[in-house]
Amino acid sequence: MLACTAPVIRPQTLRDALRARADRPDATVLAGGTDVMVYIEAGVLRPSAVIDLWGCHGLRGIEVRGNELRIGATTTHSDVARDPRVPAVLRESALTVGAVQIQNRGTVGGNICNSSPAGDTLPVWLALDADFQLSSVRGTRRVAAADYWQGYKQTALAADELLTAIYLPDVEGEAHFRKVGTRMAQAISKVIFCGRRSQGVARLAFGAVGPVPLRVRAAEDALAAGAPVSEVVRLVREGIVPIDDVRSTRDYRARVAGNVVGRWLG
Amino acid sequence: MSIGTSPPRRDGLEKIVGSSLYADDLRPDGCLYGATVRSARAHARILGLRRDPAFDWTGVTLVTAADVPTNIVTLMTDDQPVLADGITRHVHEPLALVAAPTREQALAAARAVIVDYDDLPALFDPELAEGNAVKIFGDDNVFKKISIRRGTLGGRQGIRVRGRYQTGLQEQLYIEPMSMLALPRADGGFTVQGSMQCPYYIDRAVKRMLGDDRVNVVQAVTGGGFGGKEEYPSMLACHAVLLARATGRPVKITYRRDEDLRATTKRHPSIIELDTLVSPEGHILEFGARIVMDGGAYHTLSTVVLSRAILHVTGPYRAEAVALDGVCVATHTPPNGAFRGFGAPQAQWAAERHMDRVARTLGLDPLELRRRNLYKEGDITATGQMLHDPGGFAVLDRALAAAEAPVDDKTIRPGVTGAAMARGRGLALAWHGCGFTGNGEAKIKGKVALEVRDGTVHVGIASTDIGQGTETIFPQIVAEELGIDTARVQMLPHDTAQVPDSGPTVASRTAMVVGGTALAAARSLRRHLQSTARSAEHGFDALLSQLGPGATARVVETYEVDATIQWDMDTYQGDAYPCYGWSCVIVDLRVDTDTGEVIYDRVVTATDVGRALNPVLASGQIEGGTLQALGWATQEEVVLDSRGGMRNDRLTNYIIPTALDAPEMVTELVEIPFAGGPFGAKGIGEIPMDCPAAAVAQAIEAATGAALHALPMTPERVLAALETRGESR
Amino acid sequence: MIRFRCNGKDVQTEAASMSRLLDVLREEFRYTGPKEGCGEGECGACTVRIDGEPVMSCLVPVCQVEGAEVQTVEGLAQPVVHAVQSAFLQHGAAQCGICTPGFLMAAAALLDDNPHPTREEARVALAGNLCRCTGYQKIVDAVVRTIAREA
Repeated sequence: MLACTAPVIRPQTLRDALRARADRPDATVLAGGTDVMVYIEAGVLRPSAVIDLWGCHGLRGIEVRGNELRIGATTTHSDVARDPRVPAVLRESALTVGAVQIQNRGTVGGNICNSSPAGDTLPVWLALDADFQLSSVRGTRRVAAADYWQGYKQTALAADELLTAIYLPDVEGEAHFRKVGTRMAQAISKVIFCGRRSQGVARLAFGAVGPVPLRVRAAEDALAAGAPVSEVVRLVREGIVPIDDVRSTRDYRARVAGNVVGRWLG
Repeated sequence: MSIGTSPPRRDGLEKIVGSSLYADDLRPDGCLYGATVRSARAHARILGLRRDPAFDWTGVTLVTAADVPTNIVTLMTDDQPVLADGITRHVHEPLALVAAPTREQALAAARAVIVDYDDLPALFDPELAEGNAVKIFGDDNVFKKISIRRGTLGGRQGIRVRGRYQTGLQEQLYIEPMSMLALPRADGGFTVQGSMQCPYYIDRAVKRMLGDDRVNVVQAVTGGGFGGKEEYPSMLACHAVLLARATGRPVKITYRRDEDLRATTKRHPSIIELDTLVSPEGHILEFGARIVMDGGAYHTLSTVVLSRAILHVTGPYRAEAVALDGVCVATHTPPNGAFRGFGAPQAQWAAERHMDRVARTLGLDPLELRRRNLYKEGDITATGQMLHDPGGFAVLDRALAAAEAPVDDKTIRPGVTGAAMARGRGLALAWHGCGFTGNGEAKIKGKVALEVRDGTVHVGIASTDIGQGTETIFPQIVAEELGIDTARVQMLPHDTAQVPDSGPTVASRTAMVVGGTALAAARSLRRHLQSTARSAEHGFDALLSQLGPGATARVVETYEVDATIQWDMDTYQGDAYPCYGWSCVIVDLRVDTDTGEVIYDRVVTATDVGRALNPVLASGQIEGGTLQALGWATQEEVVLDSRGGMRNDRLTNYIIPTALDAPEMVTELVEIPFAGGPFGAKGIGEIPMDCPAAAVAQAIEAATGAALHALPMTPERVLAALETRGESR
Repeated sequence: MIRFRCNGKDVQTEAASMSRLLDVLREEFRYTGPKEGCGEGECGACTVRIDGEPVMSCLVPVCQVEGAEVQTVEGLAQPVVHAVQSAFLQHGAAQCGICTPGFLMAAAALLDDNPHPTREEARVALAGNLCRCTGYQKIVDAVVRTIAREA
């Protein structure tokens, strides 16, 4: 064990949390720990301070607000998987995160802010047109998921901001989620796909095939315009940028991403 | 009657309440923690080691090669140092050791040792190793060569079928990482305690390193081994003892998982080329094999791994003439070692895939081809051994019958399953020699002690329970023979100070050879008691009461070598093994043709175990080994970096099956008793590894037409093969 | 000072806030049931329950269990051996036993939620626990055949 002796700030209210974040932009934000603790143990993260949001009131929970579903940032994957109000594709993606023990602690906010290109829920936010609520002592703003990831591990989150909630609008259409991982559970994704289509609208979102979770706009436009499946698949393969890594190959990822889209579209 | 029943395991209660003490659970007073400084190069001269002056070395002890009295890890060839001295031959080779009051400090101190290297050329390709100008071992980098010739080659008409088959590294992945303690003894010696399979291997190694006999070795409850804790713990024990010797304190070394993955032994990779001449009806006329195995930088057990590989490479099939050549070579990679099956799985992957290739070439059904060649009573093997009661047909028939039951498709959760599934069934057969090859047991002369005290019989063996259930079956064997309740038979701690050397816990020998010796010991005990009895008694308690209160009795039985076994080490002719186990595996799977993923729906196994001493334990062994073989087939791959080391050195990236990957298993126990085993028992520990991979490959081929000949058959390789709809590699 | 309940007892620790719960349990409270198999939340050997939920204790900083109920395998057999522990013994679900404490935690949580799981449901609930000895067959047998004791 690589013991971490960093001081931990444990705000109980959102206001205190935002204050702490403003005071200590250098601090590591901690929620369920399923990423942060792995990084600390591996020696790649040595926090100078930690802001622990696990017990902070008002950050965990799911509620309907008007025609949106609001999911608090420290809502766990298990919470999401259990809630019938949550769209099926999001519940499915939550159940593919690691295994039960990970789902009981890992949070949607952590998954989003960790910004792994292979984050299992990330393409789902894109496909469902989610908005992320970013809060700071300066105020609150909403950023579309589509604008949130800007580069490898670079996001729209300012140094003094916390992700506090995700808003899902009431969207239409048939949606589909598919994760292709290294095995049937406790698997890092090789390809993640979340698609949604309805009249004139198409979303084709992917993970693990680029430095950020991404939508392939050209393929979406083609699909919305009624192009043949083979054309949509071709555009998907052209629009993603997978790599070779220790787990899989660029060719495999490109092949499979196209195949899963094609299979869904029929 | 205990034999053939399944009393719950003897050590089961402590395991389910969590009170078993594994090595890392032990906390002797004043214990220090050890860590290892490891080579960062594949091949280099070590110019020197120095301490980083910026690190706080207070309380830290450093041990280097200069501190090792005899710097050899005793095993077979004396080529491996305890700590590398002047030259390193593989990345992650141990160079030095540190001890500190906390594990944190020890790990930090190990990182603060600076090593200066002078790089040398490194050799990684086993096919270029023999005779290469770059020298690793001896003059020609050959650890061992073995040839077997039988019958005359040439002069026959037939169809020639050739194939090349490969397998890669596989990690044993015991869930308990390596862990060892060394404690100074009051008499100036050392007690070694920890996770291990072979206490006497460690005993010999530490005594030789120290040049001192004041050593005893005690097995702690061990969390899995599978061969991975056969020989490696000897070096780890030497390390712990060196630190205990340098500090005068108890020292514990527990590897972190990433270190364990990088630094410890793996299954030998293999490249096997088979060249067979077959008749149009599919009879094997001539069987030629060329085996190349990669032993890594040091010999460890390579000779014996190659031996087992070459003795199993024809599969359980008859051939009129054989020409088998095998070589195990050295490369600048971490040494490979024992892993369940020990060469036989690699050999039979090739043999079974080759049978499928022959079947395809001849247009014959693969099962029919096997039936035509499967060993029958009286057949002669490649070493000239005549087989009696071969179990191939028995396991085949039993597996086929069990596989008639309809398969329940595995329900995969939404989000991780596709819709483009191709279904396939595959079958494979294997045999597996039980016990050590030839006259190996004659060399070991394993011993079992029985001591009677206060009406309880204490069994002294060095064989260790590493999960397979020896603590349970030995009382069953002894109690059965003496006609008493198993509760009256207790196992002595596996402490070399208390028990004799039964030989190592390897080679599918523990139940058969050591159990057989225990049975003989029980008979000797009864004879001994009868000889001292005043009147003719037969009941054990009656005999005991004749001894008088407080009296004790002890017998030590040595394995009686079967004098009829003829074995020639030079020509590899004769009776290779006292008996063989037999296995048939039928796999039902689906291939997701969009992703190349293989979904295991069901696996049926039929295994000839001779006699199931404890059916639950026996089937447990088979199920565990079967899943390890499925992991080897489609998931487990060691990805190497540019230094020949393991790049995917984390459990996130070295993938073994989870409960969701595992199929439902139907386990049939077939009993063709072996007269030389206790109550007919044969060895069963390793055979489960031998045929599932080939059955999987046949099933993939049946489902998709894609024939793969290298392991692992990862989704990437399966998908690539689907795309060419033909042969892969 | 971090205060919580562990195996039914009030406990406290002065360990650093970011100390792993696994280490506090093993080193300070001497509950050696939870094991370190990988240190990265992949093997499940460290599984304990926090407020009934199975978690990887190697990934939980001890400050987060303030006020919570933590249970290790040592707390399962209180006051009597849990039905799933008996089932493990009966069905041969433990071989080397190193993974067994973690499995029992996950299984006990499953059975509290779902006393009659199907084999598939059991596999899903146990997918975070790696076993190398058993092939999982007898573990699944034990879990689905656990006969819940009447209180």
